[in-house]
Amino acid sequence: MNLKTEANGNRMIIFVREERLDAHNSEDLKAEMNRLFATGSKELIVDLKDVRFIDSSGLGVLVSGFKNASTRQGSLKLASLQTQVKSMFELTRLHRVFDIFQTVDEALDS
Amino acid sequence: MKNEIKIQIRVPNQTRYLSLIGKIGENLVREICRLQNNKDSFAHNLNVVLTEAMSNAIKHANVADPDKEVQIHINVTAKELGVKVYDSGQGFDLNSIPCPAFDSDCLNETGRGIFIIRSLMDSVVYRKLKCGNVLEMKKILR
Repeated sequence: MNLKTEANGNRMIIFVREERLDAHNSEDLKAEMNRLFATGSKELIVDLKDVRFIDSSGLGVLVSGFKNASTRQGSLKLASLQTQVKSMFELTRLHRVFDIFQTVDEALDS
Repeated sequence: MKNEIKIQIRVPNQTRYLSLIGKIGENLVREICRLQNNKDSFAHNLNVVLTEAMSNAIKHANVADPDKEVQIHINVTAKELGVKVYDSGQGFDLNSIPCPAFDSDCLNETGRGIFIIRSLMDSVVYRKLKCGNVLEMKKILR
């Protein structure tokens, strides 16, 4: 999976550079989030600008990261959701769970 | 077979083919529903349904055995679009899968796939066959 992780202060930004986040590749994102948690990070932002498709496995991995961050008194925020991806969060009501921002910059300012 | 489209696909029981199958469904809807107002949304939804159904067959019915296969049949008539996903595994009880709760405290990492399929299609049935099982889904075309 094509991921790029950048540090901004104590916050880590994961850019998911894939068209799909699904049952085939979502475990790679989970592994990257777990790697960051294991090295002491607890403030994560996941940028989904390139993702136009997400399935229940992709949603589940983001829920896993959200719970992991919350356990550490940290946060996992989402940025740059495309319309179809946002519709999946709304269908499963997960838009009520996550803090979702238009851009990474907005997430950093929050 | 007037004005009827039938597509039958057979792929190995591997998640690497999810994208291929999903896109075939998405492109099919874009071609056949040119005049439909919600075409883009319907095309995306069929991609989601095919991905979820095939993923379900791979992980739960065929128990991730890469030597098994998944068969997908798509049938389009003037009235409805039908999808059948066949697996050759032990199967599962569709009714035993709990619906994900919708309060913000419910943070289950799994269990949303069948809910998503049921939300996007008009009917969903899982049947046992002589050799395996089939998940049948239908969407009425308006």
